[in-house]
This record gives sequence, C-alpha cells and structure tokens, in this order.
Amino acid sequence: MIVRIAGEGQFRIDEACVDRLNELDAEAVTAVEKGEEEKFHEIFARMIEIVRSDGKPLGDDELTVSDVIIPPADTSLEEVRDDFTGEGLIPG
Amino acid sequence: MPGLAGRFSVVVKSKINKLLDKAEDPGETLEYSYQKQIELLQNVKKGLADVVTAKKRLQLQSQKLEQQVVKLDTQARTALAAGNEDLARAALERKTLAQNELQSLDQQVTELENQQQQMVDSEAKLRTKIDQFRTKKEVIKAQYSAAEAQVRISEAASGVGEEMADVGLAMQRAVDKTENMRARASAVEELEKAGSFDDLTALGPGQDDIDRQLAQLTSATEVDSELAKMKAELGQGSGAPAELGSGGDAAPAPTPAATDAPQKEESA
Repeated sequence: MIVRIAGEGQFRIDEACVDRLNELDAEAVTAVEKGEEEKFHEIFARMIEIVRSDGKPLGDDELTVSDVIIPPADTSLEEVRDDFTGEGLIPG
Repeated sequence: MPGLAGRFSVVVKSKINKLLDKAEDPGETLEYSYQKQIELLQNVKKGLADVVTAKKRLQLQSQKLEQQVVKLDTQARTALAAGNEDLARAALERKTLAQNELQSLDQQVTELENQQQQMVDSEAKLRTKIDQFRTKKEVIKAQYSAAEAQVRISEAASGVGEEMADVGLAMQRAVDKTENMRARASAVEELEKAGSFDDLTALGPGQDDIDRQLAQLTSATEVDSELAKMKAELGQGSGAPAELGSGGDAAPAPTPAATDAPQKEESA
C-alpha cells in the first residue's frame, strides 16, 4: 500500500503495517468523537511515526497515486475532524 | 465517505480531472499538464520569497525590540537613581512588554524558518517529479497509440497531480501562517507608533490610556521584583553594606538608603 504524509512524501508500507495503522486509526476516530484532543495527537503522532519508520520512501522519480493520504504531522484536531470520522483514514 | 476521501483527496481528484478534461487530444493534455506543473513551480518560488520577506521583517522588528529593552532598562536605572520610582516602574513595565513581544517574535521566526525549509524541500521534489513527467510525456507521445496513451497519461498525470496538490496544500498552509504573522507584526508596529515603546521623556499627559493598557499586560510582580533588584544594585553601587548574594533574605533591605540619600549625577 502506498501512503502519503501530506507535505512530506510517499511511503510504501506492508500489510502488517497497514493493520497496525488501522487499529490506531480506529482509536483516533474514537478520540475525535469524544473530543479528546491530547489523546488524538498522541495517536496521530504514533501513526505518522509508524509510516516514517516502517515505510519505504518512494523515489522522487516515481509518479504514483497514493492509496491513503495522511494529513500533515502538525495538523490540529479541528483541521482533521472530518477526516477522522466513520472508517477513519484507512477504510476497512 | 471515509476520511481517506476527505478534503485533501477531493482537492487532488478535482485537480487531476481538470487537467484531463482540458483537452481531447492526449498530446495536448500532456502539454497542458506540463505547463500547469511549471506554473506551480513558479508559485512555489514566489511563496518561498514571501516567507523569506516575512521572516526578514520579523527579524528586523526583533532587533529593534532588543534595542528597546536595553534602552528601557537604562532609563529605569536612571529614573531610580534620581529617586523617581514611578518613572522607573513605567519603564520596567514597558520593558516587560517588549520582552514578551520579543519572545513571541523569536518563536515566529523559528516557525517561518521551518516553513521555509519545507518549501525548499517541496520545490526540489516537485522539480524532480516534473522532470520525470517531461521524460514520460515524450515517451508516451512517441510510443503509444491514442487509446493506450490516454491510460498512461492518466497514470502519469494523476501521480504528478497528487504531488502538485500536496505542494499546493503545503503552500496554502505556509501562506496562511505567514499572513497571520504579518497581521501580528503590523499590530506590534501600530503599538510602537502609538508610543508604547517610545522614549519615556516623550510621555505626555494624554497617554494615561497606554499606561493602563501596559499595566494590564505586564505582570506586576515581575516588575516589582525587578524594581527591588535594581534598588538593591543601586544600593550596592553607593557603598551600602549590602551583601545580597543568593538567598540573602535575612539581610536588611537597603532600599530606604537609596531614597534617603539620592546620589547626584550618578550615571551608569
């Protein structure tokens, strides 16, 4: 799966990584629903960290569309409120 | 729709569709798409220049404020040495305000520096992607039939389109931030013009309003403790038997000495 962190770049991640992200994604949705800002930021930061550390950056010469786009790391809860509803960033 | 297809993805898709709808002929689509990319690259450069300008302006303001802090400190000392505690207090209040402003300015400069770096990175990346697209474009035009070309073009345009949308979004955020800072910087300039940071000798009778504002903005305790410290220092300077090192709470305060026997012509 190809993931883009907005403003940062694209990464290729494996299935195991997707599963972990999915779990955090669901937690993030719950945090947003409850309006728990601190918790949301903590989860969101972990999601980004996983992509950065486990993902392989795509070369600058690859022109590929991403499967998932993660908002910029420094986004506020307000900015992503709409992204973290229902199924979250990653469907399924 | 899940978050994945949120605001960002919508922007990306509409950008790509606009590109593809623009021309019937694949060759034309490619050229149009390429032209749009070059335009975006120019915009990034312009945005970068704006960030640099905003940063320079803030740095200039920061320098001016630093000078003000030194000046107000000297004024407070002079006023206190002359026995005018009210004036010294007013100067210290202004100093505190200037210091607070300085701190927030420095923070903003750091933020803009990060922004600048991010845009430099985006620009480099976008440039590589555009180069890649240009090569692909020529290959597609030379090797594929119209129908096949359409598919390849979609792929290439979508990939580069996402990159463009990403850079566009990053730029929008940078511009918004810069705008906010610019507004703040203007507010500080207004305050300076209104005389709040001006030379204290220029303080006229009609400026009680500023004083009231200052009193609200600055922490009284901070000013009080600094005033006490200054008094102690001045007391030491006049040869009082004050040994106020660290934790000299038990020692008698030398403050009355400073007011009882004001030193004349004692300039620092």
